[in-house]
Amino acid sequence: MAHAEAQQHQIVAHVEGQQHPIGIYLKIWGLLFVLSTASYLVDYFHFQGYLRWFLIILFMLLKAGLIVAVFMHMLWERLAMVYAILVPTLLLMVLLGIGALEADYTFLTRGVFFLKGLF
Amino acid sequence: MPEGIQGIVADWSSDQRAFKNVPWGKAMMWIFLLSDTFIFSSFLISYMTVRMSTTDPWPNPSEVFALVLFGKKIPLILIAIMTFVLISSSGTMAMAVNFGYRKDRVKTFFLLLVTAALGATFVGMQAFEWTKLIVDEGIRPWGNPLGAAQFGSTFFMITGFHGTHVSIGVIFLIIVAIKVIRGDLDHERPGFMTGRKGKYEIVEIMGLYWHFVDLVWVFIFAVFYLW
Repeated sequence: MAHAEAQQHQIVAHVEGQQHPIGIYLKIWGLLFVLSTASYLVDYFHFQGYLRWFLIILFMLLKAGLIVAVFMHMLWERLAMVYAILVPTLLLMVLLGIGALEADYTFLTRGVFFLKGLF
Repeated sequence: MPEGIQGIVADWSSDQRAFKNVPWGKAMMWIFLLSDTFIFSSFLISYMTVRMSTTDPWPNPSEVFALVLFGKKIPLILIAIMTFVLISSSGTMAMAVNFGYRKDRVKTFFLLLVTAALGATFVGMQAFEWTKLIVDEGIRPWGNPLGAAQFGSTFFMITGFHGTHVSIGVIFLIIVAIKVIRGDLDHERPGFMTGRKGKYEIVEIMGLYWHFVDLVWVFIFAVFYLW
């Protein structure tokens, strides 16, 4: 019994360390540099409108994904862990939507209020 | 152990622990980071709301954060350098975690120190940025000469909170680095204020916090500086 427990403990201890080749971190590091440069260039070349938004959001999400997946080892965690962290985060989209609606409405009422002063 | 959706059900309905293969401290760090995500998201979403609703013109971040280097005005360059510094610190941190699990005491120690140094550099550059904005440009949390008053309040709130996280991270890094080089983790000595044995997983837990700080900066960089 004690032996089996010790053996099981050893297996758990072995599995718990995240062990990956060092090369993968260097590659992701390089990729993050490239993506950061790209997002800086979006500003440098004065891209405007939807193109600017699309590129900024795209590079932001790619960088965030790489950091969480590889640097924070989310890629190798069990789904129970991944979902416990990522699903609540997605709920923030609701807050984002509410914020945008609220902002548009406030902008509209401010516009109406300030215009009234002119006439 | 079952994988996929079945794995989720099995893990959550199992005895003792829901997060298999994850040390207790690491699961708790993740849950703390989840709560921190909500804090930063609240800040960033509030920022979006006030920026979208203001009728005053928003100061152009590209110009506000420009620097004159070699006699040329380069837009947003300071923020770009800060971004590269922080990403590099994330890279060295990831390697420190890796060498930690290989029980390479000296390499882990040096990589942790490099990470701390890069973090301190970042905070230093942020202090420079704040000084420039407050002293030279006259930007205050309640107003500024460039346009919308909300610019100052959201800027100081968001970057201030992030800078505080980086500063705490630097202190945290130095503490972990000292534990590593003293051999506390090799000899499983319990830490300060805990009876739990020292293990190399604390380097990974530290790493999670540090990567999170970098992660938050990715979002701040995109929505505050590039918008």
